[in-house]
Amino acid sequence: MTAFQIILMGLLIICAVSVSFSKNLLNSILIYMSFSLVMSMLWICLESPDLAITEAAVGAGITSVLFFVTLKKIHAIDASEPEKEEEKENE
Amino acid sequence: MSRKKTAEEYQKTFAFRFFRWLSGEKDPYIGKVEMQPQKEYQPDQEAALRHEKEHDAIMDKVYDTEHNKWLYRFHRLYQATSILFCLFLIALLLVTISYLPPNGTVTRPVNNEVAERYIEKGLEETGAVNIVAGMILDYRAFDTLGESHVLFVATITVLILLRLNKTEKDEAEVSDRRFEPKNDAILQLVATFLVPVIIIFGIYIILNGHLGPGGGFSGGAVIGAGLVLYLNAFGFKKTERFFTEKTYKWVCFFSLSFYCLAKSYSFYTGANKLHSVIPKGTPGAILSSGLILPLNIAVGLVVACTIYAFYAMFRKGGF
Repeated sequence: MTAFQIILMGLLIICAVSVSFSKNLLNSILIYMSFSLVMSMLWICLESPDLAITEAAVGAGITSVLFFVTLKKIHAIDASEPEKEEEKENE
Repeated sequence: MSRKKTAEEYQKTFAFRFFRWLSGEKDPYIGKVEMQPQKEYQPDQEAALRHEKEHDAIMDKVYDTEHNKWLYRFHRLYQATSILFCLFLIALLLVTISYLPPNGTVTRPVNNEVAERYIEKGLEETGAVNIVAGMILDYRAFDTLGESHVLFVATITVLILLRLNKTEKDEAEVSDRRFEPKNDAILQLVATFLVPVIIIFGIYIILNGHLGPGGGFSGGAVIGAGLVLYLNAFGFKKTERFFTEKTYKWVCFFSLSFYCLAKSYSFYTGANKLHSVIPKGTPGAILSSGLILPLNIAVGLVVACTIYAFYAMFRKGGF
């Protein structure tokens, strides 16, 4: 395992933890997108380019777009502060 | 040597227009981008309060643990059981993992004859240079057929959940577009250049599935992403010229049934030890590896259409 792979693994763990600890849902999706991109780089390091292409297209592209649309539909995307969002969630 | 220009001449130059735009005197997009005035999102305070009160009343009645001793005991038991169950599950998984053969031994499942056969005889038997494509579309094509059907069933389920009738659909489209510009010039220009490239790249991935990395699923996902970008830039009117519910229906029907029939034929000939008429071709050529190329195309079509359909249904509940 090279140093590059270890760095990628560390990024993967950081991304995975920060997705669940992020207060803003929009940020969570963006971090999740970067998780998929890091994962696709790791797939290339592990010599499986097939999976890398699929991960980049589906994980980083389609899934996040669907998440964005869903958040927009439920009025969760807003540039307001996290406190206001909590109020909205309670309603 | 610089030559001084007259004021009239200077006003025609690019530099003049650029600096005017930079200082904010003129916005070239005003009047060209269709935009609705943005309103701040105003939550309905009264309804929210009423809803909260109702919710609290229901909760008080259902979880009245002070007067209901049995419910109280049940809650305690429930918490204790859930913790115990989690611990049990963790222990079970750890014990199971400890029974796995250690890394590097001869008895590992990695070293059995199946993988060996795929690697040694894969090129000869399937004709595909890319062993992964040979595996998923020849040795294990039945699994891939199941995956395509799972996608199709998922679309139908989403259609059942999110479908709207005609008037509701129009309303949904209007409310969907409320906070964003309709003809965004920047997005349209970017999409004009990017969408053809993305779609051609997706077609390349599908057609080269048996020669290099890629295949039907990933190529279809790339094409679907391109279509979603096109839809975002130009709106539903433009995409409806070539993609409607009918197109989706027929493309999916023909792809899935072609996949079924083609694979049934090869299963039939394989099981009865008959000679298959499908030529394998020379490995490495674009028209080679028997059925893998047409199957890749079928899977790619289903995946691209499904992704576009998902997006369209999330946006406005229909195509």
